[in-house]
Amino acid sequence: MKIMPCPLNGPRNISEFVHGGEVRDMPNPTTCTDREWAEYVFYSDNQAGIVTEWWLHAASGYWFIAERHTVTDEIIRTYDPSEIFNQRVEFSDETTAKEVGA
Amino acid sequence: MPFSLLKYGLNNDYPFERDADLPAPSELKSSYDVVIIGGGGHGVATAYYLAKYHGITNVAVLEKGYLGGGNTARNTAVIRSNYLTSEGVKFYSESVNMFKELSNEFDFNIMYSERGQLTLAHTDATVRAFRQRAEVNKHFGGRTELIGPQEIKELVPTLNMNPAHMPVLAGLWHMDGATARHDAVAWGYAKGATQRGVELHQLTEVTDVIVENGKVTGVKTNRGTVQCGCAIQAVAGHSSLMAAKAGFRMPITTYPLQAMVTQPVKPFLDPLVSSSALHCYVQQTGRGEIVFGGGSDPYPLYNTRSTMELKESLLAHAIEMFPFMANLRLMRQWAGITDMTSDYSPIMGLSPVENYYLDAGWGTWGFKATPICGKTMAELVASGGKVPDLIAPFAMDRFDVFRQVNEMGATAASH
Repeated sequence: MKIMPCPLNGPRNISEFVHGGEVRDMPNPTTCTDREWAEYVFYSDNQAGIVTEWWLHAASGYWFIAERHTVTDEIIRTYDPSEIFNQRVEFSDETTAKEVGA
Repeated sequence: MPFSLLKYGLNNDYPFERDADLPAPSELKSSYDVVIIGGGGHGVATAYYLAKYHGITNVAVLEKGYLGGGNTARNTAVIRSNYLTSEGVKFYSESVNMFKELSNEFDFNIMYSERGQLTLAHTDATVRAFRQRAEVNKHFGGRTELIGPQEIKELVPTLNMNPAHMPVLAGLWHMDGATARHDAVAWGYAKGATQRGVELHQLTEVTDVIVENGKVTGVKTNRGTVQCGCAIQAVAGHSSLMAAKAGFRMPITTYPLQAMVTQPVKPFLDPLVSSSALHCYVQQTGRGEIVFGGGSDPYPLYNTRSTMELKESLLAHAIEMFPFMANLRLMRQWAGITDMTSDYSPIMGLSPVENYYLDAGWGTWGFKATPICGKTMAELVASGGKVPDLIAPFAMDRFDVFRQVNEMGATAASH
């Protein structure tokens, strides 16, 4: 059984978790080009080595970040996303707010 | 003792070298017209068709390990064309037609065995999806029909019609479904290609791709640098890593896929049987072993390790389908590395680097495409980058314009 050390729930069976993809900067969807959005949604580094990824503990609905080696299958470190994201990222702007309201 | 054997024994030539299917290893030349990165089925098939149909023989196939030793040897050798989209069905139907003729063409037995493939539906929604697939498949010349429980029982008498309390409502019966010896497919292509002058270099790893002014000019290998007019990457399982050497990213995530095989038993299972609800496909090989496969692993990895969880769930589902198999012993297990695209279609054609062609994103559907893939990639290279109609929908830039080819509904087992 592979164990994932969850920052919130402690060590749990990895089958309780869902892989959420690489941590990467999201472009502003209201201003970026289609190509930039496609790059963000579909393309990835897909590295063989140490990667930083989003993971979800499904049972508690808790998202966190894991550093993991994709060749040796070792989990190196897991931590709460607040270590990286220390302020709210606001994307909504006036134009989209109006479109939704209209 | 027959005289010929005595003569053979006294011969000065080492008989192996004279009768070998592949030529002895040679030195790398400094330059080739075409360099194919990856000596799996797709790579050698491309080389074969380049030589056969286009007269291009100044070609080197560079293989890190040995011929067909990667995912060509790790797939479960299912050949079928009952996909969902018209793009997919056209492509894979052509592949199935080519597979049927390969043994004759090679004069080398690939042990092609047309058994039919049966996919089970356990819900009304799946039955509806199967109706659509049957119609699309028939439209493009495949042989597929929807059959009921009675016909399923007759086809597969040993099948439990109520596996995991999910009654079998109907089946998608694909008569063209087949299997073949995957190693032999690679060997047949390699033999045919090298006889026509193509060079196959095993134990030759491409360590870097040389790109000058947006154009590929050569590759660096562990045996020295090679110049090339154009290059093709056919490295299933490592597509993103090779693309990174050429300087671009791909819309691919790489997962292992685990499979296993039991001890051999008497023949009992003619068709290849799969169930998307049970995430499992089962087939009996010509040797009598039963091969199981399922979906890819739940998280990305470049590692062919085995996990108990996946083996347990796969076996539990297989035993639900064929309860008597609970008495069998497993002989071997293994894993392959699958380059999954988000729309479950391959990535073929042009890349952001000029004269650098892609044959990638083969996820869990690569083996069955080997012949058509070789043929269309050869066409692409020979025409200097004019993309054949059959593979145009699979261009990598489909993701940039949000024009994916969604094959998700048409997988033998859920991914």
